[in-house]
Amino acid sequence: MPKKIKKIYLDYAATTPVDPRVVKAMLPYFSEKFGNTMSLHSFGQEAKEALEESRGVIADLMGAKPQEIIFTGSASESNNLALKGVALAKASANQGGHIIISPIEHACVMESARWLESQGFEITRLKVDKYGLVSPDDVKKAIKKDTILVSIMHANNEIGTIEPIEEIGKICREKGIYFHTDAAQSFGKIPIDVNKMNIDLMTVSSHKMYGPKGAAALFIRKGTKIEPLIHGGGHESGLRSSTVNVAAIVGFAEAARICEREMKKEAKREIKLRDKLIKGVLEKIEGSYLNGHPRERLPNNINFSFPGIEGESLIMQLDFLGIAASTGSACSSEKLEPSHVLLAIGLKPEQAHGSLRLSLGKWTKEKDINYVLEVLPKVVKRLREISPFKR
Amino acid sequence: MPIYSKEIIEHFKNPKNVGKIKKPSGRGEAGNILCGDIMTLYLKIGENKKGEKIIKDIRFETLGCVVAIANTSLLTSLIKGKTIKEALSFKKEDLIKRLGQPLPPFKIHCSVLAVDALKEAIYDYFKKEKIEISEDLEKEHQRITKTKEELEKRYKGFQSFEKEILK
Repeated sequence: MPKKIKKIYLDYAATTPVDPRVVKAMLPYFSEKFGNTMSLHSFGQEAKEALEESRGVIADLMGAKPQEIIFTGSASESNNLALKGVALAKASANQGGHIIISPIEHACVMESARWLESQGFEITRLKVDKYGLVSPDDVKKAIKKDTILVSIMHANNEIGTIEPIEEIGKICREKGIYFHTDAAQSFGKIPIDVNKMNIDLMTVSSHKMYGPKGAAALFIRKGTKIEPLIHGGGHESGLRSSTVNVAAIVGFAEAARICEREMKKEAKREIKLRDKLIKGVLEKIEGSYLNGHPRERLPNNINFSFPGIEGESLIMQLDFLGIAASTGSACSSEKLEPSHVLLAIGLKPEQAHGSLRLSLGKWTKEKDINYVLEVLPKVVKRLREISPFKR
Repeated sequence: MPIYSKEIIEHFKNPKNVGKIKKPSGRGEAGNILCGDIMTLYLKIGENKKGEKIIKDIRFETLGCVVAIANTSLLTSLIKGKTIKEALSFKKEDLIKRLGQPLPPFKIHCSVLAVDALKEAIYDYFKKEKIEISEDLEKEHQRITKTKEELEKRYKGFQSFEKEILK
């Protein structure tokens, strides 16, 4: 963690701090190399050059070609573009209107699908097992004549489960159906190869991998039919008009360079810390259990349920102690609905109520894990003492 | 502005009147169907110098969010020593007013829980002592019971899932 912050940040899945090396790479692009990439003069060309270099770096990290990368403003935008863009392109060519998604997608995919449904598209929401895994066989069975797109996330943001996307991609490829995956949580953390995994569209995000907010991308395999959502000056091959946020994109690329170099070692380190924390908590806190898959899991994700207590209370108590975490409790959401992911893996609303997500990052130290192991059992115990459900 | 006022945070950090009363004069349970909060409240009834029935002691247990816990703590400290009549006229608005800063709209319902549990505890005391129950209190009792029953239905199946996942 950059020096000033003394608190223990365990919410890297929500957003990450920007790596100081990334900030350094971005700085010239605010006041010095500030040009508009569409301008013909040297200022514009300088910016354009930085943009194209960045495109190459992002493409490299996933085994794609630079021209297959479209920069956007957020992963939500990329996911909206993937679903709606493909749906509109296919519908206007009369090539079907059926889309398959998982029930544990991020809200931006769930809601895009719901909107498409209201526009007359047909959506199939598959089931997941108790670990949050989609079965490739279910995908196969759900595919129909008019299926145009399958969208299954690479790794889940709440429970960290890594989906068998290589197998799913293979099925889609065989059937000639586009396969989109939301890799916002996994890109830069675990290896991804769009060719090996048969991916046609993929969402990636800068601020989940130590880059700045406001930059993301959508990989679109060459030849994929897709319509833009934002029309205008024709930026990003006409797929995303908007003056390009060069500084943020340069930062995104620098973050990707760093991940490429450090990913393998960092994943190994985080897995060790993750497993220590999981083991310790399950031993120390009676009745606690892990949500998500025990092995097919992001290196940095932990998600527990603690029966008998409520998540928002837990988050606040931890915050008093300097620990930043998150929960799937309904009480913490303005919609007053428990996490749809936890419900999809079979938890009752009251079990989602007592859930805690801890997500680690590259500034998480072993002493932080030890601190959590010291204070978390006490906090849970205290809240259980207040609760009518005693263990 | 932080989401919760100092008053809420203070009561949440150090909740007052937490726990059980052995052999209570009245015991009330309430649940909140919206978010799954659940609460038990205990009363010890005594008399003041004028011979009126008062709430001599009050304790609670809550499975709930910050507002649910803080509000119950606040309610119990406001109600302790008051007459039963005063306690029955207590409304959730009275609680919200005391919190110093408006609650986010989606948190208002959390304040109902404590008031409901209090009513239920008084209802229980009236039943035990064969004191006449007003039509209003009877209606409230019906409403609260219905919510609670729905919640209990949900809590069933708790154990079976946990057994499976812990395998």
